[in-house]
Amino acid sequence: MTVRTSIPETRVEPVTKKRTVPPLLRHVLFALGAFAVVVVLTLVTDEFTNLRIATIGYYLVAVAGLTLLTGLTGQVSLGHGAFMFIGAYTVALLVRRVPSFPLWADLLLASAAGGLAGLLAGAAAARLRGPYLAGATLALAVGLPALTRRFQDFLGGSNGLSFTVHSRPAGIGVPELRWQTWIVWLSVLIALVLVLNIVRGRLGRDFRAVRDDEVAASLGGIAVGRTKILAFLISAVCGGLAGGLQAFLLGTAAPGSFTPALSLSLLAAVVLGGLGSLWGALWGAVALVYFQAWSEDLADALHLNTDVANNLPLAVYGVILIVVVLAFPRGIQGGFQRLRGLLRRSAEKKENHENH
Amino acid sequence: MQEFLDLTLGGISAGAVYAALGLALVIIYRATRVVNFAQPALALISTYLAYSVTRATGSYWLGFAVAIVAGTVLGVATERLLIRPLRHRSELSSIIVTLGLLLVLQAIAGMIWSNEPLAFPYAFDFVGRFSANDLFVVLVVLVIAALVLVVFKYTPLGLRMRAAAFAPEVARTLGVRVGLMLTVGWGLAAAVGSLAGLLATPPFLFPNVLDGVFVYALTAAVLGGLDNPLGTIAGGFVLGVGLSYVSGYLGPEMVTIAALAILVVVLIVRPSGLFGRAKVRRV
Repeated sequence: MTVRTSIPETRVEPVTKKRTVPPLLRHVLFALGAFAVVVVLTLVTDEFTNLRIATIGYYLVAVAGLTLLTGLTGQVSLGHGAFMFIGAYTVALLVRRVPSFPLWADLLLASAAGGLAGLLAGAAAARLRGPYLAGATLALAVGLPALTRRFQDFLGGSNGLSFTVHSRPAGIGVPELRWQTWIVWLSVLIALVLVLNIVRGRLGRDFRAVRDDEVAASLGGIAVGRTKILAFLISAVCGGLAGGLQAFLLGTAAPGSFTPALSLSLLAAVVLGGLGSLWGALWGAVALVYFQAWSEDLADALHLNTDVANNLPLAVYGVILIVVVLAFPRGIQGGFQRLRGLLRRSAEKKENHENH
Repeated sequence: MQEFLDLTLGGISAGAVYAALGLALVIIYRATRVVNFAQPALALISTYLAYSVTRATGSYWLGFAVAIVAGTVLGVATERLLIRPLRHRSELSSIIVTLGLLLVLQAIAGMIWSNEPLAFPYAFDFVGRFSANDLFVVLVVLVIAALVLVVFKYTPLGLRMRAAAFAPEVARTLGVRVGLMLTVGWGLAAAVGSLAGLLATPPFLFPNVLDGVFVYALTAAVLGGLDNPLGTIAGGFVLGVGLSYVSGYLGPEMVTIAALAILVVVLIVRPSGLFGRAKVRRV
């Protein structure tokens, strides 16, 4: 049996001679630009949309982590919601038990807790492949939230833990939710700059080599197991941060938000956006939030009963997974790339035409 | 001692269900190298149909029969419509498509029958230590497992199915209709899966009722090596009894975590399962 995946190969960027800005600086500048865009967006939209923008933010970092794992190293995780669960409960516990900790420390510890879990999961996962790995991670997603019922006093049972964070310094005259959205996106962009540097760097090349052919990669001097574990670690750190940000934003951590369906919809977002592209992660995260919103609007508009309305988003994610894999294996980002290629070609054709 | 005995007996009947659903996964994996993550959802839809038929007619057994037939049809349709187009694609593609089907079918079940739990009957009296119903569950699963093994090992159909799974090209030249055999495999597996769903569901039916059961079934199948029906059945019973002790002595919430722990430990020690043969991977 061949183990080659049909994940689209990442395009090798042509070496440009004029690149004078180092990649890290370029990414930081880009992130600053993105942050400015987010700030402007939150200023011109209402509170409700602010919340959606913030939601896209924390999904983005989770989906980006999963993209790195599944798209770049070819390891399927059906349990990424579990890392969000860990991040969310870390923040909730820290805020409640150690209120003196600043928020950034809470978020860092949430990422670290996610990473620690990822390290353990990765150590097991490095020996597994395909369906075995998928099964083990699915068990993680199903099993972990049950811990809240086992340690009812500590983790709050099925109601979870509620808390409030007043992160906004006195004297800054923006509404709390807008401020929170900024914090979320600032954290997300910092994380993404780090991830982007990893993906573009040597480690990123190792990831892709392991995905394309493990044997060749190990012959090429790559420690396959360690590379896979690292991918799990990074991706779980992203998951932990995403969960931490979600808890910070919503002021609660409850097992009901971390069902296996969450893990599967994260995977749907990765597949829809386009496996292996971090831009795809953005489209995937936007889709995740807006499919939910649209299906609610649609349910209202058509006066669907609650049973249908509640299940509509899940049905949509499922259809997306099937249709994208069958018909558009490269996802939204693949579609954009193709469109760009077509435009460029038609422009070239026109140019040739005029020259002759 | 009393408690230990009760837990053991309870574990045996739970394990029978894991073995049956695991068997459904193994039949498909053997034939097509696909783990059918939609298996619990196929079983779920069949079980809901059984619920509706039983409610309309008052006959448990009519609902039972409808569920098995519906499960078979669903399995055949899944293979033809979703899995066949992916024949030459990666492992990841089939994993994702079956997961997509899982989400869609669970959502459809919720839309039609609501997410609220519905009362779903046991086949027989279920009161007491190793009740009539427990006996029924264990017997049915053993009989089905024996039938599946006999079909695979000793009938011309089984020979063709094995040939189609292991050497499709050779089988084709010898006149085996490989595609048809794969479809039969999916139909058979989905029928066994629906049976497991009917046995596992009571007392309450809701869209996520089989999630946990599926995790245990997958664990049983992996313990058995994913390729080995006998190993899977053994794995199912061992797991059922083991998890019953965990539930009894540590608390029912620990069961899924324990299954995960068992899965991880076994896979670390023996990546191709307790009863699986280690394969040399071809480059």
